[in-house]
Amino acid sequence: MRGAFFRTLVKLAECDERIYLIVGDLGFGVAETFAQRFPCRFLNAGVAEQNMTGMAAGLALSGKIVFTYSIANFPVLRCLEQIRNDVCYHGANVKIVAVGGGLAYGSLGSSHHATEDLAIMRSLPHMTVVAPGDPTEAEAATQAVAEHQGPCYLRLGRAGESTVHRVPISFQLGKAIQVRRGTDLTLISTGGLLETAVQVAEILSKKNLQARVLSMHTLKPLDIDTLLAAARETGEIYTLEEHSVIGGLGSAVAEVLAESGAESVTFKRFGLPSSFSCKIGTQEYLRAQHGLSAESVAEAICCISEKARILVTSAEI
Amino acid sequence: MIHRARSSHLGSAFSVADLLAVLYSKTLRIDPRRPDWQERDRFILSKGHACASLYVVLAERGFFPEDWLDDFYQNGSCLAGHATHVGVPGVEVSTGSLGHGLPIASGMALAGKLDGQDYRVFALLSDGECDEGSTWEAALFAAHHQLDNLVLIVDYNKIQSFGSVKEVLDLEPLAAKWQAFGWAVREIDGHNLEQIERVLANIPSEPRKPTCVIAHTVKGKGVSFMEHTLLWHYRAPNSEELAKAITELGDE
Repeated sequence: MRGAFFRTLVKLAECDERIYLIVGDLGFGVAETFAQRFPCRFLNAGVAEQNMTGMAAGLALSGKIVFTYSIANFPVLRCLEQIRNDVCYHGANVKIVAVGGGLAYGSLGSSHHATEDLAIMRSLPHMTVVAPGDPTEAEAATQAVAEHQGPCYLRLGRAGESTVHRVPISFQLGKAIQVRRGTDLTLISTGGLLETAVQVAEILSKKNLQARVLSMHTLKPLDIDTLLAAARETGEIYTLEEHSVIGGLGSAVAEVLAESGAESVTFKRFGLPSSFSCKIGTQEYLRAQHGLSAESVAEAICCISEKARILVTSAEI
Repeated sequence: MIHRARSSHLGSAFSVADLLAVLYSKTLRIDPRRPDWQERDRFILSKGHACASLYVVLAERGFFPEDWLDDFYQNGSCLAGHATHVGVPGVEVSTGSLGHGLPIASGMALAGKLDGQDYRVFALLSDGECDEGSTWEAALFAAHHQLDNLVLIVDYNKIQSFGSVKEVLDLEPLAAKWQAFGWAVREIDGHNLEQIERVLANIPSEPRKPTCVIAHTVKGKGVSFMEHTLLWHYRAPNSEELAKAITELGDE
């Protein structure tokens, strides 16, 4: 996703000279192309995220489209008040880009695990929150946030993720993408767990459960219509996110379902507990530790799902 | 205003009153009829709690009707107890949390340079704000990028929220600190109108350097029982105190 972001940003910057990129002393090996192509529109703010963000607001209030870039929590939590007061309150055209969302920097430890960012960004007024599911979505999301007038948070994975979408996508902020059809249940993922969601659907398919898969790349505004249609049509909603179960996709979906008056929707959040990782390990290892491997999720769904129970019962008869 | 509103920060508002009076009558290139004029000088009151003085000056210059001041701090008013841009022409950005003004001002100053515009950006900070790390992040940035269109004025009244600067977190040697960060530093009496006007008329003070004007001021300036006291960071004057203050200030 990181590569897709930078390639797209360079392309966009060629056509729009309002686009600026400010990095917080990070971007080695990826930001150089932009820096060389547009030296006047590239800034390294140094290890100073508060100034980076406040200054970005100042540039944006002077007519620029400013991307701030760093890894994990640095462009988000370190300068949260600058994001709230300077960027959001003024509706400044600043796009905050964090690479390494979730557990992408697994072995680097908890300081580098961005696992509450979506909850925090989602709660800020005027903020649009986007977590693309694969490099194809990352490319489209980069363009979409650049075109959107106002503050955006773009949460990316790291690098080398598989491309999940096999066909061209129609990407629109606030509009979920259906990746797989299904009527028995719905898997909704945000960010890099999209690939896992598709794998879960494939496992369930072998058990005769047809899962719909939705990529909820925009967490705010949430695509309520698509969500409620899925609840109505499949009766079971499962959310997947590499983020705390508090405040992220699962919470956002639960809020909508609870207020919708929809009856008897089976619902479960798959995400991270509100705790720090007690073990060291790669992203894949830590996902598995938290029950976020495709096999674990599929197994858990089989235990909860009404439809799975009906299938088992009818097989026994 | 503050008496009527039962609000606070009167000492801070008096501390910057002379600075604001000169800025808005002599220094700033502004047009009250066009608050969004592209070529205007930008002014950021980073110490947003001193906004009562800013609102008065803006009303006086005609950015909005003077009778708005009657509603300062009241339910349904636009004029909040910290500088607020929403619905208030002339307030460049909202502040209130300390340490935000200089980074924003740096971004605006950089934009001016990049766009080849000749507007200047002024940020007025309290001494207490010089405790904030974000202020020093911006200090590094502005000097590194040679933003000589940026002017920082430190309202150095030497009293912060819960004690004297010397007791809480001593800033001295303050001028040497800004110099060491690569700024052109000027020290003035922040209540001497001539000195204020002169120093602000010569921007940039030194080529390729942002300017830091350390304005030595008196918290609560102009009212004997308010001067140099922490109490008036918080207290609103009662009717008796108001009358006494008005007499001392020689106003009606």
